Amino acid sequence: MGKFFERPLVPDDLDRVEGKEKVTGTASYAAEYDVPGVHYGVLVNSSIAKGKISTLNTREAERSPGVVAVVTHLNRPKIPFWDNPPEQQDNKRVEGQEFRVFFDDTIYFDRQPIALVIADTFERATYAASLVKATYKKESPSTNIKNNLDKALTAKQAQDYSRGDKDALKSAPVKIEAQYTTPFQVHNPMETHAATVVWDAPDKVTVYNKTQATKIAQQDIMRTFGLKAENVIVHSPYVGGAFGSSSRVWPEEMAALIGAKKSGKPVKVMLRRDEAFNMVGYRPTSVQRISIGAQSDGTMTGINHEAFGSTSQYEKFAERIVDPTKALYNCANVSTSYRLVPLDMSTPCWTRGPGETSGSFALESAVDELSYALKMDPLELRLKNFAEKDPDNGKPWSSNYLKECYESGAKKFGWKNRNPQPKSMQKDGWLLGMGMAAGIYHAGRSPATVSATLRSNGTLLVQTSVADTGPGSATIMTQIAAEAMSIDVRKVEFQWGHSTLPPAPGQFGSQTTASTGSGVYDAVKALQKKIAGMLSGKQGWAFSGLPVEDISFADEMIVDKNGDKVSYDDALKELSVKEIKAEFESKPTEEREQYSGYSFAAHFVEVLVHPETKMVKMNRVVCAVDAGRVINKKTAASQVYGSMVWGTGIALMEEGILDHRYGRYVNNDFANYHIPVNADICHVDVLFTDKPDPILDPMGAKGLGEIGLVGFAAAVANAVYHATGKRVRDLPITLDKLL
Amino acid sequence: MIAFDYVRPNSAKAAVDAITKDASAQFIAGGSNLVDLMKHGVVAPQKLVDISRLPLNSIEQSGNNIRIGALCLNSEVAEHALIKEKLPLLAQALNAGASPQIRNMATVGGNMLQRTRCTYFYDLAMPCNKRQPGSGCGALKGYNRMHAIFGASNSCIAVHPSDMCVALAALDATVIVAGSKGERKISFVDFHRLPGDTPEKDTHLQKGELITAVEIPVNDGFAKHSLYTKVRDRASYAFALVSVAAALDLQNNTIQHVRLAAGGVAHKPWRLMAAEKYLKGKSPTESNFKAAAEAAMSAAKGYGYNDFKLTLLPNTIIHTLKTIAGV
Ligand SMILES: Cc1cc2nc3c(=O)[nH]c(=O)nc-3n(C[C@H](O)[C@H](O)[C@H](O)COP(=O)(O)OP(=O)(O)OC[C@H]3O[C@@H](n4cnc5c(N)ncnc54)[C@H](O)[C@@H]3O)c2cc1C
Repeated sequence: MGKFFERPLVPDDLDRVEGKEKVTGTASYAAEYDVPGVHYGVLVNSSIAKGKISTLNTREAERSPGVVAVVTHLNRPKIPFWDNPPEQQDNKRVEGQEFRVFFDDTIYFDRQPIALVIADTFERATYAASLVKATYKKESPSTNIKNNLDKALTAKQAQDYSRGDKDALKSAPVKIEAQYTTPFQVHNPMETHAATVVWDAPDKVTVYNKTQATKIAQQDIMRTFGLKAENVIVHSPYVGGAFGSSSRVWPEEMAALIGAKKSGKPVKVMLRRDEAFNMVGYRPTSVQRISIGAQSDGTMTGINHEAFGSTSQYEKFAERIVDPTKALYNCANVSTSYRLVPLDMSTPCWTRGPGETSGSFALESAVDELSYALKMDPLELRLKNFAEKDPDNGKPWSSNYLKECYESGAKKFGWKNRNPQPKSMQKDGWLLGMGMAAGIYHAGRSPATVSATLRSNGTLLVQTSVADTGPGSATIMTQIAAEAMSIDVRKVEFQWGHSTLPPAPGQFGSQTTASTGSGVYDAVKALQKKIAGMLSGKQGWAFSGLPVEDISFADEMIVDKNGDKVSYDDALKELSVKEIKAEFESKPTEEREQYSGYSFAAHFVEVLVHPETKMVKMNRVVCAVDAGRVINKKTAASQVYGSMVWGTGIALMEEGILDHRYGRYVNNDFANYHIPVNADICHVDVLFTDKPDPILDPMGAKGLGEIGLVGFAAAVANAVYHATGKRVRDLPITLDKLL
Repeated sequence: MIAFDYVRPNSAKAAVDAITKDASAQFIAGGSNLVDLMKHGVVAPQKLVDISRLPLNSIEQSGNNIRIGALCLNSEVAEHALIKEKLPLLAQALNAGASPQIRNMATVGGNMLQRTRCTYFYDLAMPCNKRQPGSGCGALKGYNRMHAIFGASNSCIAVHPSDMCVALAALDATVIVAGSKGERKISFVDFHRLPGDTPEKDTHLQKGELITAVEIPVNDGFAKHSLYTKVRDRASYAFALVSVAAALDLQNNTIQHVRLAAGGVAHKPWRLMAAEKYLKGKSPTESNFKAAAEAAMSAAKGYGYNDFKLTLLPNTIIHTLKTIAGV
């Protein structure tokens, strides 16, 4: 099969390297570090969504047993970067002014932290927090996107886009036009956000947190407190899910940092579930209008996609909501616009498939609607408009096996058995619907630095600061290192998730394997070169004076052209060194610029809808995915299962609901914010094309973390339409919308 | 910390005494609802009287009645052979509620007295007449998708969230309570109350009264033809949008007796008397079921987000009756 991992040294279904620690409970998460003298910080949150704090009474809380400090905007320590901000601020995470906890008396969002109560036990801190009393000067909040479209702004990274003729679709013989909406969705990782902070010295701090990027956390903390990089140590090896919600530093870290500074104690802050809804990011709500025109043979002649997404009043968070529309179909005339609607909420943030997930719901629903208008099979319509090269910039694809995904997915699913007529199929007295949709997600790669060290006990140590928030990156890095080095995978020790390790990009954008994986590969190659150079430089033995190209690494041996061999440990002995280390910064090649890199997916979904109660049941799913070469079959399939589960939630039940009169969440718990339970999930077949991408990185892998979610909700909505004849354009598809 | 006393009396009488003496004392059984309410600050009893180990946990038949002790666990009742055979409707309703873990903690008495799930009731920053009389009803003009379509008032449109109670209302159960003045019986349909101007009161139970058991008359016809349908936003572990408990005593293609109750639609489990009256003596046909559902809905009223229940409930009634009758 020409696999990257052919050799038995590196199985392509390696179990998670950190699996045992996780399932036996020895893996420490952010709130679980045993820090001597640790105190517990509990937040007090505002009961209004907009206005000013008039009075804040902390006296009773301060007198409560066990309390060591109550921090508010009135008594917090000075924070250099906030109190004396530099004129020029670069490196902002989001355009605008980041949220500064306990900064002043302004309330920007509901349940904004207004105080941190620190006590010797969690229970005492919780009780004392209930004694803090605030009064407010309330203003009326705006949290409803639909009522505020007229206040929309343009963000720097979200410029209008147009190719070809904007008006082309006006004259199209077949045309559809519709508005779609998606609600707030909250990441809700199993582990809520937490931070444990120890100030080792006035200018030196250790932070145990939950982050997708220890380096970003380190930078933001050092900048805020005016510290040296080496004096900010961030540990986050184990992360209980993040999905984008740990891509920047949030109030729990800042509150713990400020609280620990103020109290002189190590402080731990862990958010409750209800606090994790409007403080640590979420997927913004969207309103989208799409029109598509086509000739009667199905050739798309024009697409227009206008999107509005919500943001906060203090930052302009823009995602990639119209990106799939630019690249998925071979259509000459495409225009998109994207506006941000500021609401009295906290700033949204990257959320798995950020933008693409909401945008593809609209696009792929609209394409389905077009197929009915054309009386054409939706799969055939997609094939008809398949883009042989990137229609956005004319570049060739680095690789694109979407057609193969369509074909293998349709075959496995039995798409040909579908009666095209809506409401025509039944099973066990339920209405049966089949729907499909496509997904596209850009394949990114960023610079990553990795060090590789061959040690005298014959093991290979590989280090980089990358996070593993759950996808299995540590396992994949271990496999890549073993393969590149030609060493038994059990002899590789991979260290990650600490800011003290060489810099790697954050774990987001589905680029960890391509970026850090390449870094691992290149670091190992650099190490091999260094070893070869040392062997050749040593006098008086087989390898002396050989050009390094003639020295290779195979089957855990160093070999020269003449067949002379030496094992790794013997090589170190010969060289009289304990270890040999190489560090390498790996970057995308220039060749890459000439290509357009994307992952692709085709989703096929079968639903059952109860004819009277309209309850919707997922019955069968096939996801066919082109994510380049699959490095680990297990973790790869798990990524797609996870996408399908979240996609089911997005399609059928997830919705952050606010009472707009108060700008306040009314369903910020798991009883009311529904995510799928086991009984909601059906059988899923995951098919990988498993063909290497020749351009993007040495392994031939493309991103896999998000592609499974792109288009999925539309496939469900399209299946529901096929079952019922009812088009639901406002997610989630709860049964009341089908009655 | 919020300090409270905790006592564990070893007889029902001692439990009643402990409560009667202390205005802010409360019974605790499984704790699966009460502890949540205490954590949220919705209630703050100064004394908890733990009744969970009182010997009120047997299930037995005497004559035509099955008696279930108030401290039987929801899971025990649902799995009990006698219940599965004679009162399958009750077993189904119990299994439709919560999750296996919660059913293993929850007791029959606690289930009856669980409070509403209205979010305005739980959130101390919101108005709620049930939690804080006179503060207003947040749900009336707010987010009321889960709320009542029957018997609500301008003070409160919350619903009683129990599944079990819908079956008990349909099955004409009787609640047995012990108080300082001795024992009394309350018919199940009169146990819970409508909100009126005093939504802070969920039931007609008097302060200090302990539920000791429920009694349910057995009807073999009903046992053969009954069904609990729960319609919810996901396949499990969600409260009912609406639910229907139905039982038919069918003889010679005629409905001799019928019981219908709905959940998720009122401040109490809602017996659909008008529909029952319509169906009695009629044949089990789809058109009769439709007419009965229509009769059931005559007093219904939506509040905006819950308007869909005005369609969903009759659909669910019809579906449930059709399934039972096999038409
Ligand atoms: C996540 C979750 C999901 C749930 N989903 C559902 C669902 O889908 N359907 C459903 O029906 N229920 C559901 N429930 C509610 C569950 O059924 C109740 O919490 C449970 O039945 C309460 O029983 P308990 O014994 O734990 O009561 P407790 O919490 O101990 O007590 C509840 C109340 O009853 C009083 N009390 C208890 N026993 C007696 C007695 N014998 N006499 C007098 N007073 C008494 C207590 O003082 C207290 O006021 C859910 C609960 C949770 C937490």
